[in-house]
Amino acid sequence: MIRVVLPAHLKTLTHVSGEVELVVTGPVCQRSVLDALEARFPVLVGTIRDPVTQQRRPFIRFFACEQDLSHVAPDEPLPPEVETGREIFFVIGAMAGG
Amino acid sequence: MSSVRVLVGTRKGAFILTADGSRKKWRVEGPLFAGWEVYHLKGSPLDPDRIFASQSTGWFGQLIQRSDDGGATWVPVGNQFAYDGVPGTHQWYDGTAHPWEFARVWHLEPSLTDRDTVFAGVEDAALFRTTDAGANWQELAGLRTHETGSQWQPGAGGMCLHTIIQSPVDPARIVVAISAAGAFRTDDDGATWKPINRGLNSEGIADADAEVGHCVHHVTMHPSRPDVLYMQKHWDIMRSNDAGDSWFEVSGDLPTDFGFVIDVHAHEPETIYVVPITSDSVHFPLDGRLRVYRSRTGGNEWEPLTVGLPQRDCYVNVLRDAMAVDTLEDCGIYFGTTGGQVYASANGGDTWDAIVHDLPAVLSVEVQTLA
Repeated sequence: MIRVVLPAHLKTLTHVSGEVELVVTGPVCQRSVLDALEARFPVLVGTIRDPVTQQRRPFIRFFACEQDLSHVAPDEPLPPEVETGREIFFVIGAMAGG
Repeated sequence: MSSVRVLVGTRKGAFILTADGSRKKWRVEGPLFAGWEVYHLKGSPLDPDRIFASQSTGWFGQLIQRSDDGGATWVPVGNQFAYDGVPGTHQWYDGTAHPWEFARVWHLEPSLTDRDTVFAGVEDAALFRTTDAGANWQELAGLRTHETGSQWQPGAGGMCLHTIIQSPVDPARIVVAISAAGAFRTDDDGATWKPINRGLNSEGIADADAEVGHCVHHVTMHPSRPDVLYMQKHWDIMRSNDAGDSWFEVSGDLPTDFGFVIDVHAHEPETIYVVPITSDSVHFPLDGRLRVYRSRTGGNEWEPLTVGLPQRDCYVNVLRDAMAVDTLEDCGIYFGTTGGQVYASANGGDTWDAIVHDLPAVLSVEVQTLA
């Protein structure tokens, strides 16, 4: 079970108040987690990654296990703690502004 | 009894303002899509309870929402705006080639003839259409791939397609406007397009006959006179009597002819409204006095409308899509400001009242007149 926390605006869009629990088949990486997330919540298509290029949107960041995983390749395995559900995979709207 | 529904897009969500035909007491609902920029909302002329909204942020991209119950509930529909083929490049601010990149939907224009068809004007400039109520969007690529496309440049707000006007008599004719490329017209349902900028003279464009490069801020038309177009250009109020084939200036006695909005009275096709803004470098009303100007002569002769509008210390702007009219017998005029006020006149502009004072900066105003 993968545990994902979305930023506030995406929680509103998906009508989720807490964590999202996902079952991911196959290797657990950013791509497979986001694929599973978008399959569960189609409204998220295009909000985290570009719908055409599949690249992470510029102001989105991924964190888990106290690490910034934003620049890890989409097919690189995520830490085992994420795969086992011991640690949360955070989708963050990058902080900007005054 | 008739009623009106005012759809307001702002920097931080959408609002719906409703009143009966007297337009004295208003109900304010919102914010919808709180925290998101809502560049535009517009209802179908065939089914007023069907409303489309453009919801976006720099963080999470573009969403399109649709309501089928007058804005009470919303469902997200398709949000993929993929340019047709390899999009190529346009000019960047510094004149270098820049790839075409989708940023957001500026304007949604529901079809006059089919409730499931909507046009979308986007940044970087292109025209899209859905024929399935928003599920899928296809580009009308003949516009972007016009031979001048590589010369188009963004205005300060981005290279946006912000105006879409459908001919009420010829379904194959559409006029669009792009900052800062100019106005274009198709007469074959979007297959081919021609620039319609003859007669526009723009400071900074050395060639007086330049086919493109004009910073058109907004264009409007009265449905009874589809060949007469009125334009608020960066500077200059312009008029065309031949569907854009040629333009002439009608700024006349305005104190300044810079501005963004322009609209036409619902029942008087020669009565038009603008909100003069000081200049391209000073985006607030002249002398801190918010004045709508009305011409009853199709331009050139203008009168200031000030009753109920702040006449001192007012430094707001009125953006290009932030004025609209209702079609009640005594035509209502509405506009929103970057200060968050939405003003309404129930008597063609003679007097004004603020419906609301403190919304987020208003990006767009549309009005529905309901039976």
